[in-house]
This record gives sequence, C-alpha cells and structure tokens, in this order.
Amino acid sequence: MTTATATATNADSRRSRPGPVLTVEHLDVVYQVASPVHAVRDVSLTLGRGEILGLAGESGCGKTTLAYAINRLHRPPAEVTSGSVTFHDRDGHDLDLLAIENEELRRFRWAKLSMVFQGAMNALNPVTSVRAQLDDVLTTHVPSMSRPARRARCAEVLELVGVDPRRLDSYPHELSGGMRQRVMIAMALLLDPQVMIMDEPTTALDVVVQRGILLEILRLREELGFAVIFITHDLPLLLELSDRIAIMLEGEIVELASADEIYERPQHLYTRKLLDAFPSLTGERGAFIRSGASSSREPLPDADPNEVDPR
Amino acid sequence: MTTLAVTDLVKDFPMRSGWRRSTLRAVDDVSFTLVPGRTVALVGESGSGKSTVARMIARLEKPTSGQIMATAPDGRHVENRHYRDHVQMVFQDPFASLNPFYTVEHHLARPLRLHGRAKSRSEVDALVEQLLERVDLAPAASFADRRPHELSGGQRQRVAIARALAPGAQVLIADEPVSMLDVSIRLDVLNLLARLQREDNLAVLYITHDLATARHFSDDMLVMYRGRVVERGSADEVILNPKHPYTQLLASAAPNPEKRGRLRLVVSGSIESAGAEVPRADSGCNFRDRCALAMDACAAVPPDFAVGDDHHAGCWLYRDGASTPERTVVQGRPAGPTHERHRR
Repeated sequence: MTTATATATNADSRRSRPGPVLTVEHLDVVYQVASPVHAVRDVSLTLGRGEILGLAGESGCGKTTLAYAINRLHRPPAEVTSGSVTFHDRDGHDLDLLAIENEELRRFRWAKLSMVFQGAMNALNPVTSVRAQLDDVLTTHVPSMSRPARRARCAEVLELVGVDPRRLDSYPHELSGGMRQRVMIAMALLLDPQVMIMDEPTTALDVVVQRGILLEILRLREELGFAVIFITHDLPLLLELSDRIAIMLEGEIVELASADEIYERPQHLYTRKLLDAFPSLTGERGAFIRSGASSSREPLPDADPNEVDPR
Repeated sequence: MTTLAVTDLVKDFPMRSGWRRSTLRAVDDVSFTLVPGRTVALVGESGSGKSTVARMIARLEKPTSGQIMATAPDGRHVENRHYRDHVQMVFQDPFASLNPFYTVEHHLARPLRLHGRAKSRSEVDALVEQLLERVDLAPAASFADRRPHELSGGQRQRVAIARALAPGAQVLIADEPVSMLDVSIRLDVLNLLARLQREDNLAVLYITHDLATARHFSDDMLVMYRGRVVERGSADEVILNPKHPYTQLLASAAPNPEKRGRLRLVVSGSIESAGAEVPRADSGCNFRDRCALAMDACAAVPPDFAVGDDHHAGCWLYRDGASTPERTVVQGRPAGPTHERHRR
C-alpha cells in the first residue's frame, strides 16, 4: 500500500509539468530516389507527457519512417524536407531535434527518447549475453558509472519488465519470444527516457503474451511517467491501450482523436475501413464476412466518398 | 463431396540437447472431421501444434500414429496416390509459397496437368483463366503472365488459393492464410475463401491465432494447447461461453474494441503467462502449471467432458457434468519469483 502511494507520488512529480513532451510540426520526409517518394506528408502532432499515442495504418503508410525521422534515425535516401520536431525536456529546455548534431544527438538518443524496434525479438545480438547488451548502453551513455552500479541497474530494469535477473547471463536464443521482447523494453528503459517509441512491439507474439507485455508497459508508464508512441496496424489493440489514436494513410495523418472518438465516431472513411477490417470478438456476427459486404456501419450523413476517400 | 476424418493423431519430434535425447509431443491425440460446406477453426498460441496438424493433413509430415482418412463422394476411401486431388493447402506466407522464377500461369497450369484435369493447351488456358476469375484476379489475361514480384500480397494469396483449387480439391487446409497480409485486405481474402467454400461446398480447416476472424469465419472451433485439443464446439459457443480455463484466458486476452479502455483499467491486474515453455513430458493436464484453478485431479489427463450442446472441454472442472461452474476470470499464476513484486 505504502509502496503504491509512493509510486503514485513519484509518477505525479514526474508528470507535474503539464504540456507536451514532443511536438512535431508539418513534417515532410521524402525518399530521394529516381521518382521521389513522399513517405511522410505534412504531419503535425503533439505528445503529452505520460500519454500513450497510438499510430495506426497499414504497411507502407509511413509509420516507421515517421518514427525514424523523429529519432533522427532515417538514412539517405530518406530526407526531412521541411517541418520541425521539438522535444520539451523535463527541466524546461526545448530541443530542436532536427538541428542537433553529433555529440548532442548522441546524448539525446536513448537517454531522453528510446525506441523498441520492429521485430525487436530479432534485434538482439545472438552471440552476446543479455547482460553484455544491456551493459553496452550504460557504458556508452554513462561512462562514469561503476561496474557494480551498471550490474545493479541492468538487474533492476530486467526486474521492472518482469524477467528474472538471473537471465542476465542468458543468450537471446535461450529466451522465449515474449522474454526477448521484454529485454528489448528493458533496454529502452535503462536510461529512464521521457518518450518511448514502440514500433510494432508485439506483432509477432501471441495474444496472451502480448497482453502480458501491454500490461507491463502500462504499469511502467504509471510508475515512471514516460510517454509512448505506439505504432501498430492492430487497431483493436490501440483502442484498448491508447489515450489518443492517429490514423495514417499514405504518409498523412488523416484522423487524430481520442480512442473513444475513433471508435464511436470515426470521421474519415479510411478509419472506418480499418475499423471494419477487424471483426469484433464478442459483438454480433457482422454482416460483412459471410455476405461479402464491407461495412455494417451507417454511412456518414454528409460524406462525399469521392472527396474523402483517396483510394 | 470429400470428407476428411482425423483420428487419434499423434506427432513426436525427436529433440536433442547435448547428449540427452528426448521427444517432444507436438500433437497429442487429436481427432476431428472436416465435412463439406463447413469450416472448422483450429486456434491456439504459437507452438500449440496447429501447423503440425495442417502439415500432417497435407502429408508434408508423417504422423507418429493415428489416421488421416479422406472419403470420396462415392463413399470410398481415397487412395494415397489420389489424396492430393482431394486435399490441398494454402500456406501462410504468399511471399514464400510462390516460385519467383515462374509466372502465375505456370503455378496454375502445373497442378492442372499433373492432376490430369486438363490435357491440351487450350484446355489448360481455359481452366487457368477460369481459376483466376474465380479468385477475383480479373482480367485473367493480365495476371497470367505476371511473376509473383509483380503482385501484391493479397493478389499472391489469391493465386495460392487458385492453385489449391486447381487439382479440384474439396478439402482446403488454410494455415494462417491472412496473417501476413495487410489489415485492409484480410477480410477481402477471407470473404473470397467463404465465397469459394459456398460455391464448391468445400470442407475447410482454418488455422489461426486470431480469435475474432476464427469466430466469424467458422462453424466449429477447436482450441489447441500444447498439442491437445482442450475445447471444441460451435465457434460462437466457444468464444462467447468458453469453458476451459485456457480458452477463457485466450478469449480475455484477445484485443476487443468493445472493451476499449479495459487495459487502462486493469493495470494492477495480471494475466501473466509463463510464455511458451517446453511442454512437460509427464502426464496430466498440460495447462495445469498456468492454471489458477489447478487441483489434484489435474495430474491425470482430462478426457473430454460435455459442457453444452455439442460443446466439449478437456478439463476436470466439468467431471460432474456441471456445465456451468461460475465463469472465472482467469488469472494465471505468476511465473517466477520476479512476478511477486508486482502484486504488492
């Protein structure tokens, strides 16, 4: 009980500063190839402190490109052609992420904003132990940290994500998929970041393990107060998890609203199409699947399909 | 129409760890029947043995024991050499299951010739065109000459479905047919399968881990856990009224937009799982080490108990024929010492 109260206060203090932690304004990312691909078009969004923002869309819509651009991980031929990304630090400083270079960028990444990569299960190095890989982050970012302190921190984050610290000496192939995923999340937590970007972190896992990890993320968010950008194509999952959801289509954010709004009153045709793509588990056997009709929803009263649906 | 009966199917895989040898029972005593015009869903987590069942039915894997018997419309047992005329499979990954060197036409013409459905060039051409049109790849002429890399994932899977139909198969094994596809085209492909099933009165085995599509797409459902079928019944019944603690866990873990916000409410709760550990070799209920309701009886393998109309669960909770013990919200027991700290 006392611990719970302490945790709550802790989270409160970390979240005491209201307002956004990340602002993206009019961001454009273009792959400069023979016929340039405009992968992210004029994207603007704000991420509140401690908020979970879902980013949904199908493959190729630019979700991952956007995430990479925010973290400055994009490589040529990808290029940010316009727009700005601003990080609002806990201590009140604003950081223009598109302007910082070299040492400053190195200090920013992972310490303030970390990422759980797509296919994270396979992102671990198979030939070094979990400990070495976690330790690597600390030696790079906090060179002053002593070896025992690093050890303790590695054990601590593993425990945070619900993996037995005795597993530190294991190699990735000795862990199940769910555990590897937890190790990846632990790695992202090592430096106590303020934002975590999770790119399809649970796609390859089965539902029970997935739910375990999602609960873990939510619990950690409560305790540590970081904000999450959660990228997936699984809209039902986002509806359960997120505070707000952004729907992305061909590089543009076509709709951004609270989870309830998205589910109850989807405005964009594409949002409705995505929602319809997931039959409800416990709801009525919709007309859509056996009859082949695509939607059981009422049409929007004032929708002009030619205008809204770009497909 | 062809019926496929699977009886007491068992598959053991030899395992080696250092010098120690052991066997892993991937499929343990599975029986079911596929009848024309009905879809049976086989659901379960990864590693539960679903795909091994599919591979044995497609004869890509030899059963350790048990029988897979196809019965032709005339009531006769289908001989080995004709088996694949009747039973065909659609694989999970359409990017891997089509040969990148060959055109769509080749993929369809070859089974037509090999299974003796068409002899002359013109017959083959006509049937290929017909197959492509049936899977909504029209105009057929423009698709026939393409190679797989010129097709989208959904189009490739349609070709794979056409290929499965080419030998005139009446039993279709679909192993996660849409899990590799983009969300917005999954339903189109499932709708296509449903339409073909209606038109041809196919018997379909739909293997998936997606409970929502399994429920809507299928008539009957089998839930597998570590090689055993733990619950069977009509799809609606199994999902809406799950009896086996594992099915309850699975159903409660599936994302469900109807219950949005649920995750935010239950942060303190836990449906923690131990993950897919190596199945225990000993006897008894496979689920008992994760089950919150485990009891002494679980040391013996539970038989199927009737828990409703045509609804069976392999769980000792139902041994007294009590078809409705109170519905429990399953909370898996913590997997190890590290989980203790979450339950402050």
